[in-house]
Amino acid sequence: MFKKLKPIIKKEFRQIVRDRRILAVLLFVPAFLLMMFGYALNFDVKHISLAVYDEDRTPESRNLIEQFIHSEYFDWNYYLNDKKAVDKLLDNEKAKLVIIIPNNFSKKLKRGEGAEVQIIIDGANANTASIISGYVNSIIQNYALKIISEIFQHSKVLRLNIPLEPRARIWYNPELKSAKFLVPGLIAFILMITTVISTSLSIVREKERGTIEQIIVSPIHPIQLIIGKTLPYMLFALVSAYLILTVGYLLFDIEVKGSQFLLFMVTLIYLLAGLGMGIFISTISDSQQVAFQISALITILPTFILSGFVFPIKNMPMFIQVVTYIIPARYFLVAIRGIILKGSGLGAFWKEVVFLLIFNILIFGLSWLRMRKIKI
Amino acid sequence: MSEEVIIVNNLSKKFGNFTAVDNISFSVKPGEIFGFLGANGAGKSTTIRILCGILSPSSGKAMVAGYDANREAELVKTQIGYMSQKFSLYEDLSVEENIIFYGGIYGLSFAQIEEREKWIIEMTGLAGSEKRLTRELSVGLKQRLALGCAVIHQPKIVFLDEPTSGVDPVFRKNFWELINQFSEQGTTIFVTTHYLDEAEYCNRLMLIHSGRIIAGGSPGELKARYITNPILKVECDKTLEALEILQKEEWVLEGSIFGAYLHIIVREELEAKNKIKEIFSERSISLKRVDRIMPSLEDVFISLIEKEEQSNRL
Repeated sequence: MFKKLKPIIKKEFRQIVRDRRILAVLLFVPAFLLMMFGYALNFDVKHISLAVYDEDRTPESRNLIEQFIHSEYFDWNYYLNDKKAVDKLLDNEKAKLVIIIPNNFSKKLKRGEGAEVQIIIDGANANTASIISGYVNSIIQNYALKIISEIFQHSKVLRLNIPLEPRARIWYNPELKSAKFLVPGLIAFILMITTVISTSLSIVREKERGTIEQIIVSPIHPIQLIIGKTLPYMLFALVSAYLILTVGYLLFDIEVKGSQFLLFMVTLIYLLAGLGMGIFISTISDSQQVAFQISALITILPTFILSGFVFPIKNMPMFIQVVTYIIPARYFLVAIRGIILKGSGLGAFWKEVVFLLIFNILIFGLSWLRMRKIKI
Repeated sequence: MSEEVIIVNNLSKKFGNFTAVDNISFSVKPGEIFGFLGANGAGKSTTIRILCGILSPSSGKAMVAGYDANREAELVKTQIGYMSQKFSLYEDLSVEENIIFYGGIYGLSFAQIEEREKWIIEMTGLAGSEKRLTRELSVGLKQRLALGCAVIHQPKIVFLDEPTSGVDPVFRKNFWELINQFSEQGTTIFVTTHYLDEAEYCNRLMLIHSGRIIAGGSPGELKARYITNPILKVECDKTLEALEILQKEEWVLEGSIFGAYLHIIVREELEAKNKIKEIFSERSISLKRVDRIMPSLEDVFISLIEKEEQSNRL
């Protein structure tokens, strides 16, 4: 068996290494994509441009403004003298957040009447807006509590302790960096695209150039041909996966918390799913162009949108949720996030592994049926 | 034990309602150059694919090198070489790498591959170009290299499917010299072509039309058997009109246009020559020359196909 595979594997290696483009696609594009996505696909909300219109101009109002400046989320870019400027700044997206402090602010505070502060948030991006609103609420509430406790301390009548205080601890990604969440997803995303495209193209290319005919009339079995052809791609994809992990470690401090062996095995099963899809596509397309289009169509968007990479599957409508069950990345993502971020073992995601294996059996079975029917 | 290396009995292949190969039978002797002649879509490639064991026949049987091409396809494959008009080489691999690859998939040892590589390089005249990428070679050289790779395992039978299409005439001639050498060394050559001039190189020919064999024999036999009447080559103007007029005459058996000339098969040479002159002067068609010519295979082929079509219509 191996004796017959050897010449095919050797040939395929030569072709990959000779074709610089394929080599680049397999090895460097993934790491490059990771850098791009890792920095650009950032859901962290920081450096929010802040504008302040302080009508009050008292120590109390300045104190409130300072609370915002001392938090790490805001950049105080504008100090307004005119209420009309507010609209303009928001329209031009120069400010995301405007704080307007009315001129009776300190008076009301001193009288204990309940002062008001007007907050305007640019809600064009709902996600960012809700995060900003959360920051603002917590800053103002903290400031309010501070004032209350100071008042009680001055009065010396009684000591007051705040009855409830949350102590939130965030596990797995304590700094709440979105890169940590995204890198495992990116591995899933990039591996799926590169394996499906490269395997389907390499098989269809032989069909297109007629070389497959020459091999079919030789004593090599088509299955041997396909194994021999895909093994090198699998190897390159694995190298690529570890390159992504290395880049993730160097640039985003992402360490694999779980078992390296488990990570390797799960990745291997996932790669097989990609290879199977690539082989299946090659049985239904006659030209490299068609193969490329089908491959891109069924990998890029579905893996990006329907896998839980960026958007949580639980928030999707029922119908779409059903569709996600046929996206292999959906399963792999759970496993790889578990292993890399949480250090979880097989017990946490064995169901996903089983689903992936079932997917592999189905896709290889389908390809086998197609191949037998058409003798390639 | 039968002497023939290919025996085909009542072979048919249907694709749905379409009959690509219709109940054909023939046999090929060892060392023969056997030509399979027919227009595109006549069933040549289908037959070759059945013989190579990559397509199953609907009915009938084909024995190749002593094995059943359908049931023992894997054994057949070790005995045959195959080259198609696409010259299935890897263009992004070098000459040498192509040879090593094809040697490898036929299970040759390293030493065997080395020896065969030497032979192929010599045969193709590619000495010094071993490291060149195949895509840089001329069509003629590619064709030779493809042939070399197809026979790297020294098969008993070589199937050539339209091996010379797209190759210029000088290379075509060289190629046929190579084929002749193989045949002299005892290799059986099964070749399909639609170039009728090439068919002359074959020892034996089968003409196939709409899946059926309509004639067979050596080129000489075919000419003698099927064209007994004289053929005249007529050089004149208004060839289309002239042909229409002549075809109405009872002494003209067949007529067709060959390039700028008419070829007509007539009952008797002298009578015909006189009548042509008469008719042409009446119709004011200027006649340059009329000569009797030796029939070419093309004449035979056209004549046979016309008869076949007529009998189909009846």
